[in-house]
Amino acid sequence: MVDKRSTVEEMVGELRPGMTVGFGGWGSRRKPMAVVRAIVRAGIGDLTVVSYGGPDVGLLCAAGLVRKIVFGFVTLDSIALDPHFRAARQAGRLEAMEIDEGMLYLGLSAAGQRVPFLPTRAGLGSDVLRVNPGLRTVRSPYEDGEELVAMPALDLDVAFVHMNRADRHGNGQVLGPDPFFDDLYLGAARRRFVTAEKVVEPGRLTDEGPMQSIVVTRLLTDGVAEAPRGAHFTSCPPDYGRDEAFQSRYAKSAADKEAWTAFRHDFLDVDEEGYLAAVAAGAAGPAAGR
Amino acid sequence: MTGPSTTASPQGPAGEVRRAEVCAVACAEAFRGDGEKLVSPFGTVPSLGARLARLTFEPDLVLTDGEAALMADTPPVSAAPGDVLREAPMPYRRVFDVVWSGRRHVMMMASQLDMYGNQNLSCIGDWARPAIQLIGVRGAPGNSVNHTTSYWVPAHSPRVFVEHVDMVSGVGYDRLAGAPAAARFHEVRVVVTNLAVLDFGGPDHRMRLRSVHPGVAVEEVEAATGFPLVVEGAVPTSRLPSAEELQLLREVLDPAGAAQKELPG
Repeated sequence: MVDKRSTVEEMVGELRPGMTVGFGGWGSRRKPMAVVRAIVRAGIGDLTVVSYGGPDVGLLCAAGLVRKIVFGFVTLDSIALDPHFRAARQAGRLEAMEIDEGMLYLGLSAAGQRVPFLPTRAGLGSDVLRVNPGLRTVRSPYEDGEELVAMPALDLDVAFVHMNRADRHGNGQVLGPDPFFDDLYLGAARRRFVTAEKVVEPGRLTDEGPMQSIVVTRLLTDGVAEAPRGAHFTSCPPDYGRDEAFQSRYAKSAADKEAWTAFRHDFLDVDEEGYLAAVAAGAAGPAAGR
Repeated sequence: MTGPSTTASPQGPAGEVRRAEVCAVACAEAFRGDGEKLVSPFGTVPSLGARLARLTFEPDLVLTDGEAALMADTPPVSAAPGDVLREAPMPYRRVFDVVWSGRRHVMMMASQLDMYGNQNLSCIGDWARPAIQLIGVRGAPGNSVNHTTSYWVPAHSPRVFVEHVDMVSGVGYDRLAGAPAAARFHEVRVVVTNLAVLDFGGPDHRMRLRSVHPGVAVEEVEAATGFPLVVEGAVPTSRLPSAEELQLLREVLDPAGAAQKELPG
């Protein structure tokens, strides 16, 4: 069987400016943050980002790498709004396709099923149709004749998800309570990458969780990379919770240019090892968090 | 009164009962008749109301722990998601299945709300370049056309109750004309605020003042609303918690007083 082991740098090396990129996770939960940090380091911009948005969106916005965001929300959960995302939108720097969360689910599903759209009631009557003039409705060909929103397929160039465990063939496992939509992101993409807290021997994923927790099969994966704490500072239960102290620091880095420059210098202009060391050093200081 | 743990008389003066408790009961009342439905309350007071309803007149309500599980028991609102007895998994993807099936009643919050029940939680100002970017439309467009929707507004003011919302997220009654697929399962049931309970029983489904909380004058609600409310005759007072409800609220569901933090007074 194919050994799909790779590195975060190699995965991100496939990105090109202008691509459409999807990130798994939800809000500030199990986001592929090691990948996001690597994209910031590589400075690959002009991206269209599709996300149940959290700090993945905020960090890339702060780094000026996002042209367009496809989203239903952007939140840090314990902090309701991501200040970097807000700043980008309020400065008029960010194109947006703002849709209902369920429409996002259907758009990813449609892409994975290779159909041009899936019908839904969601969006009807709302300003989602006003701000997305490209969205069309479709009339049921059956007797009911209902006119529904035709949510278009959200085809991705590349998708990244972060899992608790994976094996080298590209099977991925979520040990936390919610798999979110990660398999749909992979299914919607041309190139599909999984990072994991730990890459284990094939066949050993069931050592730590039931078979149903293996939510991604190798049919959906092109590359696998071990990335310990690869979701930090978002939550990745049961391996770790959200680093609230660090998230707060991240949010405060939106205060002004100096704050962002300092944050970037300390945590982003360093490699992943340097990042984790800087986080550990920060946690040992007086502003210690969990 | 000797303290919050003694049994208060429901007929007693309103001063004995806190405003947050009246609001929690109003939220519980919003879920009356829902039976075996997934009730999704946003905010502490609605969460309290949903749990109160389940412990009293709506025992079959289905409630999540705020994360990815349904709760087998009805713990205090301060209980962490990991600390509850789990009934069944309810990850986000399954929530959408429930939304689209209609077996749900959501009580959302609103940054803006208009007289027909259009709600905004996306942004303030021009959408293309917002003056204030908020969280986004979230699931409001889909919720509002698929199942019952109610709203919780902890600070009733003309900034929230506006003539026109800047970005229609949750769909109101005036947007259903000529859109039968949107109207088919649409119901905005009630709006519970720190001052009053409102519904859409006015002409053309306009917002109507259903009751004012004890100690609140009709004029006060009207002054805090940025459009004319439908007021029919003498407006009743929102009902007070029963002795049993008060005991459940204070001793079982919110002994830490979390609702007081969301709604002081």
